[in-house]
Amino acid sequence: MSTHVFKPDMPPPVKTVGVVAWLRANLFSSWLNTLLTLFALYLVWLIVPPLLQWSIFDANWVGTTRADCTKEGACWVFIQQRFGQFMYGYYPTELRWRVDLTVWLAVIGAAPLFISRFPRKAVYGLCFLVAYPIIAYTLLHGGHFGMTTVPTSQWGGLMLTLVIATVGIVGALPLGILLALGRRSKMPAVKVVCVTFIEFWRGVPLITVLFMSSVMLPLFLPEGMSFDKLLRAMIGVILFQSAYIAEVVRGGLQAIPKGQYEAAAAMGLGYWRAMGLVILPQALKLVIPGIVNTFIALFKDTSLVIIIGLFDLLNSVKQAAADPKWLGMATEGYVFAALVFWIFCFGMSRYSMHLERKLDTGHKR
Amino acid sequence: MHNPPRGLSLSDPRVRAWLFQILTIIFVVGLGWYLFHNTQTNLQHRGITSGFDFLERSAGFGIAQHLIPYTESDSYARVFVIGLLNTLLVTFIGIVLATLLGFIIGVARLSPNWMINKLATVYVETFRNIPPLLQILFWYFAVFLTLPGPRGSININDTFFISNRGLNMPGASAAEGFWPFAVAVLLAIAAVVFMVRWANRRFEATGEPFHKFWAALGLLLVIPGLSVLLFGNPLSWELPELKGFNFAGGWVLIPELLALTLALTIYTAAFIAEIVRSGIRSVSHGQTEAARSLGLREGPTLRKVIIPQAMRVIIPPLTSQYLNLAKNSSLAAGIGYPEMVSLFAGTVLNQTGQAIEVIAITMSVYLAISISISLLMNWYNKRIALIER
Repeated sequence: MSTHVFKPDMPPPVKTVGVVAWLRANLFSSWLNTLLTLFALYLVWLIVPPLLQWSIFDANWVGTTRADCTKEGACWVFIQQRFGQFMYGYYPTELRWRVDLTVWLAVIGAAPLFISRFPRKAVYGLCFLVAYPIIAYTLLHGGHFGMTTVPTSQWGGLMLTLVIATVGIVGALPLGILLALGRRSKMPAVKVVCVTFIEFWRGVPLITVLFMSSVMLPLFLPEGMSFDKLLRAMIGVILFQSAYIAEVVRGGLQAIPKGQYEAAAAMGLGYWRAMGLVILPQALKLVIPGIVNTFIALFKDTSLVIIIGLFDLLNSVKQAAADPKWLGMATEGYVFAALVFWIFCFGMSRYSMHLERKLDTGHKR
Repeated sequence: MHNPPRGLSLSDPRVRAWLFQILTIIFVVGLGWYLFHNTQTNLQHRGITSGFDFLERSAGFGIAQHLIPYTESDSYARVFVIGLLNTLLVTFIGIVLATLLGFIIGVARLSPNWMINKLATVYVETFRNIPPLLQILFWYFAVFLTLPGPRGSININDTFFISNRGLNMPGASAAEGFWPFAVAVLLAIAAVVFMVRWANRRFEATGEPFHKFWAALGLLLVIPGLSVLLFGNPLSWELPELKGFNFAGGWVLIPELLALTLALTIYTAAFIAEIVRSGIRSVSHGQTEAARSLGLREGPTLRKVIIPQAMRVIIPPLTSQYLNLAKNSSLAAGIGYPEMVSLFAGTVLNQTGQAIEVIAITMSVYLAISISISLLMNWYNKRIALIER
């Protein structure tokens, strides 16, 4: 008696596995899809090879002057030569270590905040938020401990962009939280004031705000008192941004169930303690991704200070491209600036998405 | 329960609320008065008289693009109107183009086709992460200004010319058949409205479908077409011609306008694409299945089931993108396109020194634009909102 021997399984049809199947499913599933694929391929062929040719293969990488750019493609020599200006503006070359040190301090100081298991993160974060701006200002501006003073008019480049964006968000956060609380307040006078404030700043473009802070702020102040240009721009940015932060935080406050408010009241907590200990910690956690997105918007908006004559990254590039020694380098300059902005914004948006997933601690049922 | 009578005490929350509000009002009014007082003193010391009289004075400078007739001797008030019209022009073109492009890219991001999907993703991720001002400067300084001059311009069929002076194209002016044509178009639109109403009523009553789209297309083509046959061409076209160093005749879109609309369209479209994508994805797949099981084909499923539901999710964020576009049009100040900010808050402010009045007018214009767009979109949103029974 012999047992039946099964034949080995036939391999699946070639059409349904591997590359071929993938291609059939994703690129050529119908005649319309095939057409679209061909169209997309044509677009890629139209854009990518010339772009690579220009930016890499035909590009000029070494040299010191415009005359060294002999090949057809991009002249990256321009970026190399002006790199310092793009990063630091007119900050004195021999003092640029102070800017670098400030950046390193920020990186090292903020690193523990990104480690999930770091103990007492909130306390540490608060200390860092208070101490760091003071240290950073002392380092950047100088004037103490025998450091040469570098007036803000010499600040520039990416450094200035980062300074405005950071100060903007750090200043706007507390103001925005207060405004959001005010908007949800049951006191009509407070509510009206906050709603008007928020809707006003959200309704006007940042440019007009910067115009206002540069031409109207001096008129508002008592005689003889004057701010420097950077500070005025920062005040404008903070007021403008706080309205947006307020709306983000309001979203978080609305998402907290009423039971939490009632529970806090039942515990005998007053308004401020209920908010500070129960509501805000939950609400702020919910809106961290929203705040990061607001920060991205602010980071892009800092480029507008060009209008009031501050030399941020974009304006440095614009200035350098207008230099007679480097005429015709606008494309390279703007592409470089775009790349820098893109890296920052893309990085932050990915981080925000990551946070969203991480903070989604599963209240879903 | 009754409240025991008691005097004013700080431990009473109502008293505290009143006190707090009174303090707030005092603070706001006080701040306002303080700023007002400072401004008055400062203005007096600088010898600036406040008021809106300056609007009557003659401006005395040229403007590159004006939609209404303008000469240098015209008043600042007219300059304001020109700036406003130019802002509205950019906003309008930008909204239309960005919506079209955004919807296409948004749908492409949902495409099952891998290539199309990835291309759309790359588009969105690239352009929404680059500041709009940078994009405007790029298109202006690195693209449009580096194009050849009018003599070496890119010639498309002898009708369109692209050079560093902008886009020259045929200009239209009213010919003898213009008014009959306009009347015919209005008639056609009225006919379409009546036809759609009739078709809808019949559909409700009997369930018989009617080819509304084709009928409307037919009406819109035939009635104006008849007018052209009977009364002649409504418009006469004038081609741009190279004369000396520049083009004469026809219409021209200045490079500032091109750079601005292009950059704003591309930037805003990236955001609209994301809104459209999330809107369509928010409609659960069960809806598609339900529609299919009712026997609807692919087209009607999309038109009558998916899109109406997706629109409810899409409209509110779309509104804020439109508002952003209107506000971003002010970035034109970076390249000197003559709109509200660069023309009025820039040139006029510098010439007259009336900082407060000029900035106040500019800000109120943007507030007015913002409020009208949001009112319009809120009205539309209410109309299409889910009415639950």
